[in-house]
Amino acid sequence: MTTTIIFIYLGIVLCIGLLSNRLFRGTGEDYFVASRSIGPFLLLMSLFGTNMTAFAILGASGEAYHRGIGVFALMPSASALIIPTVFFFIGTRVWALGKKHDFLTQVQYFRQRWDSDGFGLLLFVVMIALLIPYLLIGVMGGGITLAEITKGQIPQWAGGLLVCLVVLTYVSFGGMRGTAWANAFQTMVFMILGGVAFFVIIDKLGGLDNAIAQVSAKHPDLLIRGEHISPLKMLSYTCIPLSVGMFPHLFTHWLTAKSARTFRWPLIFYPLCIAIVWLPSVLLGLFGHLDFPGLKGPMANSVLVKMIDMHAPGVLAGLLAAGVFAAIMSSLDSQVLSISNMFTQDIVRHYRKDSPLSEKSQVLWGRIFVFFIFAITYGLSLISARSIFTLAVWSFTGFASLFPIIVAAIFWRRSTKTGAFASVITVAVLWCYFFFQGWKIPGYTVGMSGAMPVALILAASAVAIVVGSLLSKPPQESTLEKFF
Amino acid sequence: MNINVRRLLYFAIFALYLLHNDFWLWNDPTMVLGLPVGLVYHIGFCLAAMALMALLVNYTWPAELDDDEQAP
Repeated sequence: MTTTIIFIYLGIVLCIGLLSNRLFRGTGEDYFVASRSIGPFLLLMSLFGTNMTAFAILGASGEAYHRGIGVFALMPSASALIIPTVFFFIGTRVWALGKKHDFLTQVQYFRQRWDSDGFGLLLFVVMIALLIPYLLIGVMGGGITLAEITKGQIPQWAGGLLVCLVVLTYVSFGGMRGTAWANAFQTMVFMILGGVAFFVIIDKLGGLDNAIAQVSAKHPDLLIRGEHISPLKMLSYTCIPLSVGMFPHLFTHWLTAKSARTFRWPLIFYPLCIAIVWLPSVLLGLFGHLDFPGLKGPMANSVLVKMIDMHAPGVLAGLLAAGVFAAIMSSLDSQVLSISNMFTQDIVRHYRKDSPLSEKSQVLWGRIFVFFIFAITYGLSLISARSIFTLAVWSFTGFASLFPIIVAAIFWRRSTKTGAFASVITVAVLWCYFFFQGWKIPGYTVGMSGAMPVALILAASAVAIVVGSLLSKPPQESTLEKFF
Repeated sequence: MNINVRRLLYFAIFALYLLHNDFWLWNDPTMVLGLPVGLVYHIGFCLAAMALMALLVNYTWPAELDDDEQAP
C-alpha cells in the first residue's frame, strides 16, 4: 500500500511537470527562467521548497537525534533571519539587474560586472564542484527513504534511480515553469504532511508532554544545548545561511520573479515556513530515542522514516513518505536545471564560435545537460556513504564563503576582477584545506575550538576581495555605468 | 521615506542577529508551554524575524527597483 501511494504521488508530480509544458514558449528564457513571469505565491513556494532539502527533513531529524534541541537554534532560527535578509538586499537587486541585462545565470552577471571571461570560467568550475555534493543529498535521501519504507524490498539504489527518473522527466519537459509548479505543489505537500506526521506520531507516543517527559527521563542532555553544541559553534554557524546569496539555483529562481514587488510576500513568510518545517523534524528526531535507541552516525538520518513506518498505518505512511519525497525532489529539480542552464549559457552559448545559439538549440542543450547531470549524480550516489548533514554543511560552507563576491559586485563600485579572483582562489584553497582536515571527523571545528571553518574562510574571502581590489586598477567607468 | 526609520530597522536586523546567540539559556532545563525554554526562545525568534521582515518591506523597500520596472 505504502509503495503504491508513493508511486501515485510520483505520477501526480510528473503530470504537473508535463502539464506545464503546454504553456512552454519554446525559448531559452522560458525554459530556464519561465520568461520572468512567476508571481508571489509561486516564488515563495519555489524559493522555500528549493532551499528545503533532505537536509531539513532527514538530516535535521538525524542531527537532532544526536544533538537534541540545539539543532533548531543552530540552523533554522538563524536562517529565518539571514535568508530573507539576503533576499531583501541581494535578491531584489539581482532580479533588477537580470531584467535589465537579460541575464540567465550568475556567471553571466559576474563575467560582465568585472569584464572578465577568465573569472566567469573559474566561478563556473567552483560552482559546479560545490553543487555536486548538494545534488547527492537529494538522490541519497530518496534512496534511503524508499528502502526504509519498503523494509528493503526496494533497495537504496532503486529509490535513488526512481527519484532521478521522475525529476529528469518533468524538468526536461517543463523547464523552469514545470519546476516552479512542481515545487509549489511539493512544498505544500511536505509542509502539510509534515504537520500530519508530527501530530499522528505525537499522539501514538501519548502526547507531547509525555514524549518530552520520557526524553527528559532518559536523555535530559538533549533538552538543553549543553555540551552538544558550543556557543562558538552556534555563533560561527550563523555564517552558513549566507550561502543562499551564492546558490546558482536560488539566483535563477530570483530571476523568475515577475517584478521586484513579487519578493514582498516571500520575504515576510519565509521565516514562518522555516519554523513550520524544521520544528517537527527536530522534535521527531529527538523522540526517535524512545523507539530506536542507539542509532550511530549516519544511521540516524533514517530515524524519521523509521518512526513514520512504526506509528503511521498503511495509507498514512505512504502519504508521509511522499511528503519526504516531495522535499527531496523540490530541491533536486532546481539544482539540476540551474547546472544545465550554466552549461548551456556559460559554456555552449558563450564559447560558440560560429552562429549564435538559437532558442530551440538552447532548450535542446539544456535537456541534454539535465540528462547527463542526473546520470553523473546517480553514479556518484552509489559510491558515496557520507552523512547527509555533513555533505550539506561542506557544500554550504563553500557557497557561504563566496558571499563577499556578490556583496562587492552589487554594492562596491571600486571592487575589481583581481579582488574577485583573489577571493575565489582563497575560498578554494582554504575550503580544500579544511575539508581534508575535517571530512572524516564528525562535528569537526577549526582546531576543535568550536569555530566552524566557514567563519574563517568567509573572513579570509572578504579580506582577499578588499585587498585585491584596492591593490589593482579601478574598474572602467563604462562598465560601472552599466551596473550602478 | 524617513531615513531614521531605515537606520532603525537596519540596526534591528543587527540587534536580532545578536539576540540569536542566547548564551543565557544554554543549560536552562526550564519548560515553557510544554517545551524546553531554549527551543521556545528560537520559535519566538523566527516569529520576530517575520515581524522584522514585514517592517522592512513596508518601510524600507528599495523604491528605485519598482521605478526600474516601470521604465521602458
